[in-house]
Amino acid sequence: MSAAPIHIAGERLMLDPQGVLYWPSRRLLVVADLHLEKGSSFAARGAGLLPPYDTRETLRNLGNALRRYRPAGLLALGDSFHDAEGHTRLAEDDAATLRHLLHGLAVTWVLGNHDPVAPAGLPGEACDEHRDGPLVFRHQALPGKQPPGEVSGHFHPKGSMPTRCGPVTRPCFMTDARRVILPAFGAYTGGLAATDPALANLFPWGSRLFLLGKERLFSLPLAPARRLTTA
Amino acid sequence: MGTLPELFAAWFAARGWSPRPHQLALLDAARDGQSALLVAPTGGGKTLAGFLPSLVDLAEAPRDGLHTLYISPLKALAVDIARNLMAPVGEMALPISIETRTGDTPANRRARQREAPPNLLLTTPESLTLLLSLPDADRMFAGLAAVVVDEAHALAGTKRGDQLSLCLSRLQVLAPGLRRVGLSATVAHPDALRAWLSPRGKPADVRLVIGRGGVAPRLDVMLPEGHLPWGGHMGLASAPEIYARLQQAKVSIVFVNTRAQAELVFQALWKLNDANLPIALHHGSLTVEQRRKVEAAMSEGRLRAVVATASLDLGIDWGAVDQVVQVGAPKGVSRLLQRVGRANHRMDEPSLAVLVPSNRFEVVECTAALEAIEASELDGDPPRPGGLDVLAQHILACACHAPFAPDALYAEVTRSGAYATLSRQDFDDVLRFVEDGGYALRAYERYRKLFRDSEGLVHAANNRVVRQFRMNLGTIVETPMVKVRLRGGPMLGEVEEYFVGTLTAGDCFIFAGQLLRFDKLDGMTAVVSRGGEGEPRVPVYAGARMPLSTELAARVRGILHDPAKWGHLPPPVQEWLRLQQHFSALPPPDGLLVETFQRGPRWFMVAYCFEGRLAHQTLGMLVTKRMEKLGMAPLGYLATDYVLATWSAFEPTGVERLFEQDILGEELEEWIAESSMLRRTFRNIATIAGLLEKNQPGQEKSGRTMTMNADLIYDVLRKHEPDHVLLRATRQEAAHGLTDVARIARLLGRAEGRVQHLALDRASPLAVPALIEQGREWVAGGAEDALLAEAAALVEEATGGAELFSELLAEVTEDVPLGRGLIDRSRPKTLEARRRRYSRSAKGAM
Repeated sequence: MSAAPIHIAGERLMLDPQGVLYWPSRRLLVVADLHLEKGSSFAARGAGLLPPYDTRETLRNLGNALRRYRPAGLLALGDSFHDAEGHTRLAEDDAATLRHLLHGLAVTWVLGNHDPVAPAGLPGEACDEHRDGPLVFRHQALPGKQPPGEVSGHFHPKGSMPTRCGPVTRPCFMTDARRVILPAFGAYTGGLAATDPALANLFPWGSRLFLLGKERLFSLPLAPARRLTTA
Repeated sequence: MGTLPELFAAWFAARGWSPRPHQLALLDAARDGQSALLVAPTGGGKTLAGFLPSLVDLAEAPRDGLHTLYISPLKALAVDIARNLMAPVGEMALPISIETRTGDTPANRRARQREAPPNLLLTTPESLTLLLSLPDADRMFAGLAAVVVDEAHALAGTKRGDQLSLCLSRLQVLAPGLRRVGLSATVAHPDALRAWLSPRGKPADVRLVIGRGGVAPRLDVMLPEGHLPWGGHMGLASAPEIYARLQQAKVSIVFVNTRAQAELVFQALWKLNDANLPIALHHGSLTVEQRRKVEAAMSEGRLRAVVATASLDLGIDWGAVDQVVQVGAPKGVSRLLQRVGRANHRMDEPSLAVLVPSNRFEVVECTAALEAIEASELDGDPPRPGGLDVLAQHILACACHAPFAPDALYAEVTRSGAYATLSRQDFDDVLRFVEDGGYALRAYERYRKLFRDSEGLVHAANNRVVRQFRMNLGTIVETPMVKVRLRGGPMLGEVEEYFVGTLTAGDCFIFAGQLLRFDKLDGMTAVVSRGGEGEPRVPVYAGARMPLSTELAARVRGILHDPAKWGHLPPPVQEWLRLQQHFSALPPPDGLLVETFQRGPRWFMVAYCFEGRLAHQTLGMLVTKRMEKLGMAPLGYLATDYVLATWSAFEPTGVERLFEQDILGEELEEWIAESSMLRRTFRNIATIAGLLEKNQPGQEKSGRTMTMNADLIYDVLRKHEPDHVLLRATRQEAAHGLTDVARIARLLGRAEGRVQHLALDRASPLAVPALIEQGREWVAGGAEDALLAEAAALVEEATGGAELFSELLAEVTEDVPLGRGLIDRSRPKTLEARRRRYSRSAKGAM
């Protein structure tokens, strides 16, 4: 499995096919939108009894990423739980797994719209945004002209690549020289098309998508949104 | 043979009619209290035959309350039949009340129908399900004497049919004396249909009544003037001949196979329409209002022709139609006959129909279909066993009606035709699934939808469960669709979300018979305006094409193999087959012809399997996997109804190994699990079973939702609980339909020891149509990554962007042009204007 390096604000960042970002100079692993306990959230509000294995699956994937990079710190870009009470519904063994994964890591919980409060009983610091050197980590990208160096999640970007057997759609990183948006990491997280104005307008000069594959990323340029609407 | 009461005899006589034998036979069955299945071609008073016993009964012993329930697969048909029944009831002054109940029935009338039901209620399977889930259903149906199932052949074996079958069992419990009447078109398996209709799942319970067929239809095959196309399925080359036929007939239905084809044929006909004939368009993606408008115009004789898909296969009879044109191959004999029967419903005159094949293979297929009709040999599979997803919905419906005992419900369910073979294990698993999801990990104890009381009765947990059931009821799951609206104008219909995703502002496409320019996506609506520049596209819809039937395929093989049967084929086709005989060989009726040849850097293999596109798609994946194992480096494959073609980097040798029966083992399992078809199947099953909600009470869908993707749930479930009942249901359904595993097994059995491999120095004449076939493949997860890599590599090289990829297949098959000439670029402005004027005036007339 090979990660792709990008450079933002002079920093070298690795985009990993598992959907995580690694910042080598800080030994920091970044994940977005875990949406833990989404299944039970649906069940609790009577919206269908989805297979209750999503948290387990997400944690397993997270464990794989942590084993691969052995980082010093883990930063979650918000929406780590699907709702504010999510952490209270964690099954005992899932909670134990999570605590085990986080053990010895400097954990930062950036808060998102789904989980506006810090998860009680879990290690780590909670904040609305996190700055480190030239980079700023926040849940949702700020629109308009921003200084370069923003890392965010929230949108669950997905991209479609045309192939000879029709388009193939995958979660993707979306990036230009100034910012990068991570795909959602949670097992039950759908996506928003990268061409959607909400996403495309954040990249007025166009963007590059990195679609997640089993072993590698697949890169695809995306024209700026402006051209799409005036063509 | 029974006789009619005087009142009825007089009514028949007054109209110059005499009761038909099958009408009297149904009366007889009713007097004996027996259920019956009437099999008859369209026309011939089939519906009246179904109702006659009820009318007679109510005339002799008038009473209040529900007497007869009529179930139709189409809402509009229920409404039309109700209107038609008013005539005899009014003219004989019978004391009988008739009403319809569908999703469109206003709330106050529904409430009144529950209070005081009419004698005859005409409805759909979905509305019946809803009625049965109401707490007072037992009171409403207690006196029910008969249920009439119209178009039973079109319901049996489908999910709506499963649902209806369960409802009939329910009704039988509420009204034990209930008599069932099925009305069906001619089918290949009447006994299976009798079993389906039977109150105990046994054919002997249902008396079979065969209606006398009318005069045999007159069918022709019509070829385009000039060149007979090698490939393509649209049949546009024959547009001038079709148009000429329309001019000669009074009213025609032009049947096509897909909605995309309907749009293109409609365009092509209007392009030639110098006489300004009123020609309309009818397919399932147009708005209901638009379709009703066309149907009304048709029955009032204001149209000369309508271009239609399967959307007009069923429905009310239009006496005025005097010609049916089938464009493209018929694919199945039974369906063709049904379509032909839409013309001319007078029994004493033959229906006129003309088949318009769009390529050479289809010429043979049409000829085979004519042979089959002459031999009165029908095709079609007997109804498959009922789906577990529909059972899940039914169990919830029962709980919404009243608490039930599982043992009694199991007994009731297994009395229905569709679920006669259901195991107790499956029933219990489905029940547990409805209860709390049925997961091995019991995480949802707190959120269960059903609970059991101390006596073991099962109840719905709360009102929210009941409300949600009512909102999500039904077994029709649509692919995500986007509505199409004219800027500042009306809704035109809907196209698949996927298609809209590929459009950018300014792109133009053909839809609802118009050239449209895509402006923007507004929530779940695509806003469009008329006109547009550049090459228009045509929306395609998933799962629209019906595969070639087994029986018809066998006849095609029979014709190809035997030059003595070529006499009926047109000279260019005969010439084509003779060339094949000369350069290669003719596909044998049993056994399997496989050709290999090199073109450029690639090796092609063409296998003449004749098992239909679905089976070939599955087979293609299996064969290429085997090729990979054997080091042939397969690059891709293409499936048509007739052949499977693969291309690879190395020469396929020892091809027998690619068609050994054991490819159905591990590789199949693996593929089935990964296949995107299975994902689609799972999505439908999960929705019908109530795992995914179609509608959430009080929850608005925002325009931009990060949709909960059924694929993700499928992946997680497959990994953590591969034997979950919904996954079992998914595999079961796929084995029956989508992957056509049975047909592959049959083919491999036929091929064993009889693979005829010819290594050629170039493509054979029969291989050409396959090589120019346009196909969007279903690809597995593994192959998807290969495709992405290929595409990404191209992006690296490319400067131009996305346009490149559509040409890639052509590049693979070496410059064979793809789909060119399908769409007419020139589009006279005046004609556009004329058509617009016509569609406006049709609107004004409403």
